[in-house]
Amino acid sequence: MDDTAVVVAFYVLAAITLISALMVAVVRDLIHAVLFLILSFIGVAGLYITLSADFVAVVQVLIYAGAISVLMIFAVLLTPRSDRDNAAVSYAAPLSVLAGLLGAVIIFVGLDTDWRQVEGDRFGQTAAEIGQALLDPYALPFEVASIVLVVAMIGAIILVRPGNEEEA
Amino acid sequence: MRAVVAAWYDFDPFHELYEWIGDVTSSEELVYVIIAVVGATGILSFVGLGALANVWLERKIIGRIQVRRGPNRVGPGGLLQPVADAIKLIQKEVLQPRASDGKLYNLPPILVFIPAMLTFAVFAWAPDMVYADLNVGVLYLLALSSVTSLAIFMAGWASNNKYALLGAMRVIAMAVSYEIPMVLALLAPVLFTGTMSIPGIVDFQRTNDIWLAFMLPLPVFIYAISATAELNRTPADIAEAESEIVAGFHTEYSGMKFGLFYAVELINSLAVSGILASLFFGGYSLFGIDEYIPPWIIFIGKIYFFYFGLIWLRGTWPRLRIDQLMAFSWKMLIPLALINIAVVSAEVLIWRLNEFDSWIFWVYALMNIVMMFVLLQFFFTMLTKNYYRLPRRATLIHDVSVPSLPAPTFTQGGNA
Repeated sequence: MDDTAVVVAFYVLAAITLISALMVAVVRDLIHAVLFLILSFIGVAGLYITLSADFVAVVQVLIYAGAISVLMIFAVLLTPRSDRDNAAVSYAAPLSVLAGLLGAVIIFVGLDTDWRQVEGDRFGQTAAEIGQALLDPYALPFEVASIVLVVAMIGAIILVRPGNEEEA
Repeated sequence: MRAVVAAWYDFDPFHELYEWIGDVTSSEELVYVIIAVVGATGILSFVGLGALANVWLERKIIGRIQVRRGPNRVGPGGLLQPVADAIKLIQKEVLQPRASDGKLYNLPPILVFIPAMLTFAVFAWAPDMVYADLNVGVLYLLALSSVTSLAIFMAGWASNNKYALLGAMRVIAMAVSYEIPMVLALLAPVLFTGTMSIPGIVDFQRTNDIWLAFMLPLPVFIYAISATAELNRTPADIAEAESEIVAGFHTEYSGMKFGLFYAVELINSLAVSGILASLFFGGYSLFGIDEYIPPWIIFIGKIYFFYFGLIWLRGTWPRLRIDQLMAFSWKMLIPLALINIAVVSAEVLIWRLNEFDSWIFWVYALMNIVMMFVLLQFFFTMLTKNYYRLPRRATLIHDVSVPSLPAPTFTQGGNA
């Protein structure tokens, strides 16, 4: 029973993800495009759930649908010429060829890979394991990421500090 | 499957029902589906009735606070006022601005409902009465609250109204600012209990006979404030400030569409009260009294206790200015939350390394309460200096002349 339910859920979620991803490119209004992109993120989160990766799924919603989307909405609204819409551009044809090639490569790799089945309980304590991994074998990348974030934060504060525009 | 059957045995008649279904059909799938439907119906009825009751409660209590009677014409004590309101809203003409964004305009009142309802799925109503015990329960709650603000932004944008768009932008800005202290505040109970599942956290408090609120007074304070901000309730309702931007994001919504936004606000208040109750105030446990009273009654009682607190806040506090609200998050709540996280991590480390018994919790409680008062005093004196109180204009980088926000332009007329 679980297997059929998961398969049905997979196809529904995959359809949502792919169709909304397509709509991002097709739709005219930029805000609509951003909203479709968010729907696509949420579809990907659903796909993670079918893989029993609940932590990744929730983080996907929290970070992508919650934070990145806000960033993109701000970017669209604060861009002076965003009312120009998702208009046709001259390099649409080469880009779609490129995207098609990329898609073909991904499909080929997906079909070619010998996927291994994960044993064990569904919905195990993945969060704790990810935490352990971040603090033990992957401590250095974790620290580097934090340093990058701190640098970005300090940079942002310095850029918008009042009284800074005279020097700039 | 058996686990799910056992999960809802707290209601005795339901238990018999499940046994009976199990006897009649041998298919576990059917039992699973029926239990899921019954559980969801139970929770949704509580939420729906709660939303109706909250309309009355809110108006009545705010009436008391403002020394008037509140609704008292329809039904005994005005009890049927919410029903009358609902009937009025349903039969009201549905207006849609011609220049609004067709389908996008009609979606948000429905979309805001989804996260509001989903929040109730992870609560622990009783020891075995948990609809969905997620391993990542706390994160799930945070993710849902961040999605709500997105739906509100859609409403403001699709209305094609300057005030609605301003309200939407304010919602987004507040969501960004207040999500950080919220996440950091909820990290503290997760650190302490070592689990992100809501039933797990409640169970920790029950087995150790202490509420996390004693050990973590600062996160309670931070979470309560940032939740009120995310809820758009009065001390922080700049997104719908009627004296500034008409009604914010729902300016253009009338009839039941407005009614849905209003209902979602009430439901979300219940959800926030539920989160406060289960993460910090012991959930369904009440120092042994839960042996004699059904635990879910205790939990609902706690939810309404905190809901009363929210109404009290709404009735007595003036609205904050937008820059005050932003500054409060960035200059006060986030530093406080960061300090708190560092202290709590050290405490948890000491506790885990030395394998102390639960007496250490009371030591920590004393330490943390003292720390909260010292820190609050320090931050209050710092933030009430004139320098911080004056409204300040945001400076743009290199003073770029950025044209005003592009108003949405829709070519075809809006038809739903």
